Amino acid sequence: MAQAAKKPRSKSVAKKTSRKPAAPKTPAPLDFKKDEELHAYREMLLIRRFEEKAGQLYGMGFIGGFCHLYIGQEAVVTGMQGALIEGDQVITAYRDHGHMLACGMEPKGVMAELTGRKDGYSHGKGGSMHMFSKEKNFYGGHGIVGAQVSLGTGLAFANNYRENKNVSCTYFGDGASNQGQVYESFNMAKLWSLPVIYIVENNRYAMGTSVNRASALTDFSRRGCSFNIPGIEVDGMDVRAVQAAGELAADWCRSGKGPIILDMQTYRYRGHSMSDPAKYRSKDEVQKMRAENDPIERVKQRVIEKKFATEDELKAIDKEVRAIVAEAADFAQTNPEPDPSELWTDVLLPVEQGEAV
Amino acid sequence: MPTDILMPALSPTMEEGTLAKWLVKEGDNVAAGDVIAEIETDKATMEVEAVDEGTIGKISIEAGTENVAVNSVIAVLLEEGEDASSIGSGDGAPVAAEAPAAEEAPAAAAPEKVAAEPKSETIASDPAIPAGTEMVSTTVREALRDAMAEEMRSDDRVFVMGEEVAEYQGAYKITQGLLDEFGAKRVIDTPITEHGFAGVGVGAAMAGLRPIVEFMTFNFAMQAIDQIVNSAAKTLYMSGGQMGAPIVFRGPNGAASRVGAQHSQCYAAWYGNVPGLKVVTPYGAADAKGLLKAAIRDPNPVVFLENEIMYGQSFDVPKMDDFVLPIGKARLHRSGSDVTIVTFGIGMKYAIEAAAELSGMGIDAEIIDLRTIRPLDMATVIESVKKTNRCITIEEGFPQSGVGAEISAQIMTEAFDYLDAPVLRVTGKDVPMPYAANLEKLALPNVAEVIEAVRAVTYK
Repeated sequence: MAQAAKKPRSKSVAKKTSRKPAAPKTPAPLDFKKDEELHAYREMLLIRRFEEKAGQLYGMGFIGGFCHLYIGQEAVVTGMQGALIEGDQVITAYRDHGHMLACGMEPKGVMAELTGRKDGYSHGKGGSMHMFSKEKNFYGGHGIVGAQVSLGTGLAFANNYRENKNVSCTYFGDGASNQGQVYESFNMAKLWSLPVIYIVENNRYAMGTSVNRASALTDFSRRGCSFNIPGIEVDGMDVRAVQAAGELAADWCRSGKGPIILDMQTYRYRGHSMSDPAKYRSKDEVQKMRAENDPIERVKQRVIEKKFATEDELKAIDKEVRAIVAEAADFAQTNPEPDPSELWTDVLLPVEQGEAV
Repeated sequence: MPTDILMPALSPTMEEGTLAKWLVKEGDNVAAGDVIAEIETDKATMEVEAVDEGTIGKISIEAGTENVAVNSVIAVLLEEGEDASSIGSGDGAPVAAEAPAAEEAPAAAAPEKVAAEPKSETIASDPAIPAGTEMVSTTVREALRDAMAEEMRSDDRVFVMGEEVAEYQGAYKITQGLLDEFGAKRVIDTPITEHGFAGVGVGAAMAGLRPIVEFMTFNFAMQAIDQIVNSAAKTLYMSGGQMGAPIVFRGPNGAASRVGAQHSQCYAAWYGNVPGLKVVTPYGAADAKGLLKAAIRDPNPVVFLENEIMYGQSFDVPKMDDFVLPIGKARLHRSGSDVTIVTFGIGMKYAIEAAAELSGMGIDAEIIDLRTIRPLDMATVIESVKKTNRCITIEEGFPQSGVGAEISAQIMTEAFDYLDAPVLRVTGKDVPMPYAANLEKLALPNVAEVIEAVRAVTYK
């Protein structure tokens, strides 16, 4: 603190830092127009209703294994997707249904994969945690906490190698943020100026361990400090704030400045997975977040206030979304299981076939 | 007393080198730490420092001499007051190391010339080589480099990344010259972060590039094994065939020499256990080249297990524009009627030497070089066992759940009625690799154990 009094010194410091590119600051939320608000509303509602249905199907025994719902975090993928262009890649861990829907993957195909059926995206061989779409540039869907961060850095490596303008959106949670390979990847991404947006979906709990009990530094925007990777905090419950940050980050990457970290402050309403009773937090905490900060409600309020749509018109959107989800659920329950012969396919590609694309 | 200056061993596996240059001449005074000469190994050029002060009394190995054995006297240092007349005879001959166990030391003392290594014998059995093809003596090291260079020339998606692969020219000099030809974009030095760069490689492969990821040794790949197994091997299946990872993980595997438990382990059985991977284990240079080219072209993840001890050894490699061998095909290396010896990689050394000795004992051994651990070419093994009715396996890896255990189980299932004796396994011992020279030798398989196993199954 003593140095603060020495004015000449602080001046010279200011001079020095001014030569570096200005560290990005959290941008103001975008001023969404009518169609943008309604688009965001519909997209988030689709994820919410899809996940609610997935929860029901799990309870009915149609979905097995682990199933991690995205309810509460919808604004993050919806806002980020608004900042992407054709060819940008998305990769995440196992809380991935929302990302897939945001990427434009078919709800029927996603739900049928959840139920392990033949027309699921992976023909029933991946399940909730392992789904991919080459067509939509969705690279999974990974079950190992943190592994997708190195893989996502590799996607950015490929963009850099091909000298295109695409960016890799690499999502991970506050829990994964403590994995060693995350920092190995940060180092290489900065070293080689790779176009990767590291999106920390800080939903406050690494499974059942609150962020304060697991992380020595809970400001994830600063996790890149050792590598000189800038980071910004983002209100992950406001889709306009997310999209503004996403656009800033994508521009940062596309202009060759290398990686950037977005610390998305968000919240999951459900347990870590369907089998998690979430005893590590109070019902009040969840209720408060839902009541005061729900990403979908926030859009809804603005839409009504600005008279972009009436309650009835929003209800019509809800109805349309419910129909899509009901159709997906119906499909996922009636679609046959994969043929037993499917057990033996896709282990290796024949050599003649060449590339796996 | 005059002090002998000996040819130094500059790496665990170095047996000889070239005395490239003298930086002093006879009669020069030197102080401890002065650089007196430059030694070229097959990996690097190293400086030799004087360890004591004195006068260079005699230079016994001229600059430019190749194949100077480790521990040969290369010069003599005189103390104050001594002159050249006090130098004894025996210049240039390797002297025994001072340690009492010198005779046991595998590389340090009086090495047998590498040329004693048998040249590949029956390579013509590979249908890929037309009769009359010119053969060029090539080290395994050069063959691996040539394979990468050829594939990088023909496919610009191929790049190589790893620790010290670019500016240092490769920790074991496998990537020598690649940076010069292909530039830093395609020959990439990584930080020492195996887990991270293996994942970056897999991600790049998923996006359609063709990475070659070099591990300085496969011991370090244990840091990265999650990415190799969970990401590279399983993605094709988990995506229902939509995307896979066409990637090669390569580097030296198994025991080198005197590097102890954490640097001496064979991973053939580990990776051989994983569906979705291919696992290649070449022995000679031609296989190293032909199979590495195939691995780079393969649309699947390939674990390519090399061996440091083999890097400097020379074999005939066919001079062809595009010599590619199929992955998953074993090779009949030596035809025989009494017993089948199944092995791979450096295990071939034991098999070849043992077969020669057994021949003198009237036992005619057939040798099968698996070359690939996954997919395992059991058809070739079973066919041979049906002929010989006896089988032993050799590997440097641990016995439990090893490659030999798998082969033994499959023979029992497929050819039980043809067996005249139980299948025996010659393996590394079931202990972490010790450091001491004599213990390390005991821990590894040896020719005597192979012969003993063959005699046991042939009841001779």
